[in-house]
Amino acid sequence: MKYLHLVWRNLLRRKVRTLFTFLSIVVAFFLFGLLAAVRNGFEAGIEIAGQSRLLTVHKVSIIQPLPKRHLQQILSTPGVAAATHMTWFGGIYQDPKNFFAQLAVDPAGLLEVYPEYLVDEATRERWRATRTGAIAGRKLAERFGWQVGDRVPIRATFWRPRDGKDAFEFDLVGLYAGATAEVDETSFFFHYEYLMERVGDPGLVGWYIVEVEDPARADEVALAIDRTFANSAFETKTATEKAFMQSFAHQVGDTSAILTAIAAIVFFVILLIAGNTMAQAVRERTNEIGVLKTLGYSDRTVTGLVLGESMLVAGVGGLLGLGLVLLAAPGFAKMLEAFLPIFYVPTRDVAIGVGLALLLGLATGGVPAWSAQRLPVVEALRRR
Amino acid sequence: MRWLAQTYAVTLVNLRSVPQRLASSLVAVAGFAGVVAVFVAVLSIAEGFRRVMETGAAPDNAIVLRAGIDTEMSSTLTLADTKLIKDAPGILRENGRPRASAELFVVVDVPKRSTGTDANVPLRAVEPAAFAIRPELEIVAGRPFRPGQNEVIAGRAAAREFAGLEVGNRLRWGEREWEVVGIFAARDSVYESEIWGDVRVVGPAFRRGTSFQSVYAKLESPAAFADFKDALTADPRLEVAVMREADFFAGQSKVLRQLIEILGNTIAFLMALGATFGALNTMYSAVAVRASEIATLRALGFEASAVVVSVMAEALVLALAGGVAGGSLAWLVADGYQTATMNWQSFSQVAFTLTVTPRLLGAGISYALAMGFLGGIFPAVHAARMPVATALRRF
Repeated sequence: MKYLHLVWRNLLRRKVRTLFTFLSIVVAFFLFGLLAAVRNGFEAGIEIAGQSRLLTVHKVSIIQPLPKRHLQQILSTPGVAAATHMTWFGGIYQDPKNFFAQLAVDPAGLLEVYPEYLVDEATRERWRATRTGAIAGRKLAERFGWQVGDRVPIRATFWRPRDGKDAFEFDLVGLYAGATAEVDETSFFFHYEYLMERVGDPGLVGWYIVEVEDPARADEVALAIDRTFANSAFETKTATEKAFMQSFAHQVGDTSAILTAIAAIVFFVILLIAGNTMAQAVRERTNEIGVLKTLGYSDRTVTGLVLGESMLVAGVGGLLGLGLVLLAAPGFAKMLEAFLPIFYVPTRDVAIGVGLALLLGLATGGVPAWSAQRLPVVEALRRR
Repeated sequence: MRWLAQTYAVTLVNLRSVPQRLASSLVAVAGFAGVVAVFVAVLSIAEGFRRVMETGAAPDNAIVLRAGIDTEMSSTLTLADTKLIKDAPGILRENGRPRASAELFVVVDVPKRSTGTDANVPLRAVEPAAFAIRPELEIVAGRPFRPGQNEVIAGRAAAREFAGLEVGNRLRWGEREWEVVGIFAARDSVYESEIWGDVRVVGPAFRRGTSFQSVYAKLESPAAFADFKDALTADPRLEVAVMREADFFAGQSKVLRQLIEILGNTIAFLMALGATFGALNTMYSAVAVRASEIATLRALGFEASAVVVSVMAEALVLALAGGVAGGSLAWLVADGYQTATMNWQSFSQVAFTLTVTPRLLGAGISYALAMGFLGGIFPAVHAARMPVATALRRF
């Protein structure tokens, strides 16, 4: 610690250079955090998706509906603990660009199968009692400035109400919150019964969500469900929620690889820039290092001084960059809300970032420190 | 004239001394190259996507959807609606038959070759006139589907990205089996990502009854669009939106394109900040090393502005080298790369090819030059302002 002042003075001898190196490191870590948040946004849900939850969809495509009567058969499949259905409404709120998921559900079933949607008892009761009632995710309500008690008009698209009127008016009876940050808070749920009442019940639902008793036997149960409906007019495809999310992420493409590649290029470039500057700073001081050694500073201390300098710049720069991106993330989240409902810098990536900052300090200071250590005093003093 | 000669001389001296400062100059070049490579590569994704969504559209084609709806997937039109639409003025007619096709647009699960997982591949069910509306569509292998048969043809890009779409292969969707009888090309447009079949067999198989989702029409001329649109929107029996095919597809690609552009520009901007700091360091040290040399020149009567220009020139040459290197790298790696992604607006896969255009390369290189300018101007002014006497004394 007593050498901190010396390290500090060394850094200040070329203030501009230190500042620019420092700033480029801040920017690199800011960018690192941002890319981590984007990647996480694309993969959102995969990690936490319940292994004990299965999705049963129409074999041809998830957009094809399934008969509502399948529910009883699914529930009677051995190993099934609970099941409920969901139906895509695909309506328009004011303008097509205000896109968000609207799902017709059985409220009790939804909240049983998705315990991560937190809804208070009063809201549950209100929702159950209100035929036109709906609940919205916190972020969704915030996006459109909805208050509980508001009436939300949504225009139907492919669901054709019998009365010929496209408008559905939903009463917002409450909001739901996610149990963790990974839970999507941008969906809108309303009574399936209300939808059926308006469109004349065709006896169809979108897909089923099945809770199994034992996650280890999930594949077995999935197979049993599909076998029940094999060779029927409505064949099904059942897989874990996680598998579905993964295949959706695959549908988007290899965003994760692209973002990792970009982050790697950024780091390589910054490493070059910072490393070069550090090396230069030490080279310029060869003479001084000789003086220090002459004065009795050990090789170890000299190495420590040089490394300390690079660690200080990389460490503080990295921490500042990560800190700034954590501060800026909510702003970016607002900007990207329509594209990526989940946007935050995961703690895991912050930890990786801190590790990388230390590594960067070691890597950029390592070579100059090593050469400073090896430098014979006579040689150092001779150089200017 | 004298100034020009001076500037030329100093610039030449500067550039000739670059090899002596090779390491730090290379670092600056690598910084610029990294930024430009990422910038060009990311935007080539948006460019490739834009191309595939916009090339297929003909100026005299129109699409009709249900009013207030911007995707084929959510649109519904009844048989009666489609008849009224086909009777509208402005549609090209042969022997009294309108060149218009009422179509269905659904998705079917087909495994993606790259991952083996199911993807939403669009299945478009058409009427016979569909081919005359899109004359660019040509069968490149096999044959067209026969009307009334459980046969489909697959777009070239779809066959490339998704498994099992080879001629002769059979696919099972619901209770029926479908045979892939042909592969079609459509001038690299979005139609190549689709599977096509006869609406009269696809409709019942997908339980669509007599409902449709869109009507595509070939107009008498691009100018006939206004009449066609006015007639349909004024008809009280219809509630429809009429768009030019080009506008419709441009709208379909908007969200994804915007997302890529926002990400690409944000990343490139932040990287550029970092690279500019690096360039500033390089140029400051370049100037510092030559402080006495610059002072000598100034003492000999060289203008301060000549010094500024020469330092700037060096920074810009480094930037140009970096820009060209980064642009070439992006072009080598990204250009021509074929892939497919989910277009959430249509909830279906779109196959496309990453495209590095000259315009994109130009933008990347200009970007590098802008970074070079910023990285050079401050050190240049600093160099010109150095008091001659102080700098000489350091000798």
